[in-house]
Amino acid sequence: MKIKLIAAFIFGVIPIITAQNTEQNIAKDTTNLNEVVIIGRKSLSNFRQPKALASLDEFLESSNKIVMIKRGNYAWEPSLNSMVSERLNVTIDGMQIFGACTDKMDPITSYVDVSNLEKVSINSGQQGTEFGNVIGGGINLELHKEAFSDKGFKMGIDNGFETNGNYKIFGVDATYAASNFYLIADGIFRKSENYESGNSQEVLYSQFQKINASVVTGYKISESHQIDANLIIDRATDVGYPALPMDVSLAEAFITSLSHTYTPENLYFKSLESKLYFNTITHIMDDTQRPDVPIRMDMPGWSDTFGFYSKAHYNIQKHHITANLNGFYNRSLAEMTMYSTIPNQPDMFMYTWPDIRTLYSGIFINDDIEINDLHSISFGTRVGFHQNEIARQEGIESLKIFRSNVEQFNNRLLLSINSNYKLSLKNYEVNAGVGYGERAPSVSEGYGFFLFNSFDNYDYIGNPNLANEKAYEASFSIKRHFKKASLSLESSAFYIEDYIIGVIAENTPSMTIGAKGVRLYESLPNAKIFNVALNSNFDILPKLKGQTVLGYSYGNGSDNNSLTLIRPFFYRAEIIYRSHQFGATFQLEGNGNQTRYSSFYGEDQTPAYAILNLNLSNQLVIDNVKAIFKYGVQNLLDREYNTFADWNNIPRPGRNFYINASFVIN
Amino acid sequence: MKSLYLLLFALLIIVSSCSTSDDSDNQPINEIQDLLRVQELENESHIIELYTSSGKFYTGYNHISLRIKNKISNQFETGASLTWMPVMQMPTMQHSCPKSGIVKELGKDTVFEGFIIFQMTNTDASGWSLKFDYQVNGEQFTVTENIEVFQHAQKNVTAFMGSDNTRYVLANIGPAQPIIGNNDLTLGLYKMENMMTFPVVINYTITLDPRMPGMGNHSSPNNTDLTYSAVDNFYHGNLTLTMTGYWVLNFQLLNGSNEVLKGEPVTDENIQSSLFLELEF
Repeated sequence: MKIKLIAAFIFGVIPIITAQNTEQNIAKDTTNLNEVVIIGRKSLSNFRQPKALASLDEFLESSNKIVMIKRGNYAWEPSLNSMVSERLNVTIDGMQIFGACTDKMDPITSYVDVSNLEKVSINSGQQGTEFGNVIGGGINLELHKEAFSDKGFKMGIDNGFETNGNYKIFGVDATYAASNFYLIADGIFRKSENYESGNSQEVLYSQFQKINASVVTGYKISESHQIDANLIIDRATDVGYPALPMDVSLAEAFITSLSHTYTPENLYFKSLESKLYFNTITHIMDDTQRPDVPIRMDMPGWSDTFGFYSKAHYNIQKHHITANLNGFYNRSLAEMTMYSTIPNQPDMFMYTWPDIRTLYSGIFINDDIEINDLHSISFGTRVGFHQNEIARQEGIESLKIFRSNVEQFNNRLLLSINSNYKLSLKNYEVNAGVGYGERAPSVSEGYGFFLFNSFDNYDYIGNPNLANEKAYEASFSIKRHFKKASLSLESSAFYIEDYIIGVIAENTPSMTIGAKGVRLYESLPNAKIFNVALNSNFDILPKLKGQTVLGYSYGNGSDNNSLTLIRPFFYRAEIIYRSHQFGATFQLEGNGNQTRYSSFYGEDQTPAYAILNLNLSNQLVIDNVKAIFKYGVQNLLDREYNTFADWNNIPRPGRNFYINASFVIN
Repeated sequence: MKSLYLLLFALLIIVSSCSTSDDSDNQPINEIQDLLRVQELENESHIIELYTSSGKFYTGYNHISLRIKNKISNQFETGASLTWMPVMQMPTMQHSCPKSGIVKELGKDTVFEGFIIFQMTNTDASGWSLKFDYQVNGEQFTVTENIEVFQHAQKNVTAFMGSDNTRYVLANIGPAQPIIGNNDLTLGLYKMENMMTFPVVINYTITLDPRMPGMGNHSSPNNTDLTYSAVDNFYHGNLTLTMTGYWVLNFQLLNGSNEVLKGEPVTDENIQSSLFLELEF
């Protein structure tokens, strides 16, 4: 999977295909740290996209700013600015949705597929607060929409096969567009057996199977009023997690929304989009496929979210104002039933998330001011009210084992502010930003009860009284254009106060058999995170281009331990050939030795590695059928390796030949 | 004889029907609400009704409510002083067990209460008898009957010999309904002074180590040792239970000089103390 090949298509210009990193890459028209990854069918013919049928995870991994943390071959967890789920706000078209797994086996990105999406907007740090108060940034997965037109009926068929893991993909989609109505329906099926790492070592429990279907429809009521509705059903079964002690027998999401868009004929007031949504997730952990476990257990989890947002654009003179009022109500419940190893003894039961209700409501306002052609500046803020409720008395009583003051309700006020300045000269683009943000603890951090972390081998206990985590952030990037090349440096730095992390509870016995002990979520006085990347693009010949990315990240807590899952020195270099009908990319990527790692939090040193990938593509048009073939080989030299982002050092796939064939019928 | 019964029966109906209206006024009939009748002990003048929450006697701690019904007036006595003596008949000897005194239940007119800790029973629930000596209106009465004591599903009481050559009885008094969370673990500790006398032991210490043998024998955090409380004559400590299921409560009994009288620490080699009780919820 590390198919980094992918096409991270950065809006505007040259997609700098770096691997995952917390670093950024730049779009031409904006030098800030944000990025858009294009996914939808419209970019199919883009040769830079090595696999049209890559999973969303692979697409995200191709982004310059995102690192994917892997616990297996499925449901990777995105990391942005060296921060993972709790510090990010991942939304689907602005909809809040929360995983139902206490062990992070179901990041939100696992509940949609590329067939549902048009693009992914990645916004770094406080620029990612449009839909929620966060620290690390926001990732918004934008669903596809069709324009009202007279194009009529169109359909596409996708087939994919990969040799490593005998991975099969089949997808079909159909679009109908009229002047006042459109409908898109799509379905995709993926099934993979265990993959093999380099040297043909089978990685047990790395199989997965998933089916995803979605319908999007829109109706134009009048010139200025439009209604859109959307439904996604995503169902993964038989998903193995080689890095974890349990697998998943079912991960199912039902995601739906209804929105109204008002676009008045007005000089200033540009649009008002309002959406109501609901989603529900069922996640069933399962250990029945594992022959040898210390104890059998069931760990189901559920997460339901209702919400809305209302978003307006308003332009006046040099001001481009965006306002977003939103709210949601989430219910997270997870439980654990353990079957005694002694016959005839009763089952053991506990709530691991004791029915936690989260109510959030907030408002976001951003103003982009174009001072003149050279200078622009933006100001943004979000203020939110965040309430947690422990709906089950059992939850209050169980958390009281560890702390005397556990209240049923916990209210927080969360503030985010940021400002960015941009200078655009003929050959230079400079962007500098500062921000301050706060976030509330996640359900696990606040209320988790004996959540086993197989990374450091500790049971984790939530803390409802955690202070808000607060981040001061600064970012800077500079890009220099040469005649046939460009060079850019991007960096972001975070100083985080009350950094939430697990602190070892002395003399506290663990529950999980074999665990080393118990960690309580507490606040470190502070932590520092720094990310930097150097990108270059250059033309070698008219159709031959080169790109390189170098990156480094640093994370340290005030206890003088390294933070976990921080990427060591990283590089990627590629040569890209592109003509009208044929494209080829040859890619080298690797990491340096991980010299800074957090043994305190279960990390070990990951050695350096480097791999080669080759991606090819052809395009044919016969009558009204367009055929696009993408094929290639990943990990050409069949290297056996893992990266810092592989949970418990599970090895990455060895050599993999793949082919994706897409047919678009107009 | 038959006609006498008939007459009594008729009388009973008349009396009860006559007193129906009065009952609701001065005798709230719900004084034994939520309790189940275990047995009645009857002599010529009274019927003593015994109640527990389960309707049965089990080994271990039994909280018992009782009423004395006057067979003549068919009224429940509101003033009485009672003592009781449970006795287990063994093949070669007999013995009693720890018990409380009997007092009027707070806020009730006709209900008395106390507890008995049966430390053993026969498999067919036989062997125990219960004798009441009581005084009503200055008059002395007595009644004795066999009772059935059933074996509790868990080991909730234990009788043992301490290293000081004294026999002790240790019983789980509460919580009646354990929760996932902090529980006020209440134990009764008694010394067997002789076959019939079991006084409360005061100012010892009982260490606590709850374990789940069905899941790697893991423990739970923030338990505290039990200490004696003169308020209720029981030992109290904090018992944390992290999940439902079967727990073994491992103890060590320490005397006033902190000498271990019974029990061992739980280790990887010694998975259970010789002094333990069981809990399941």
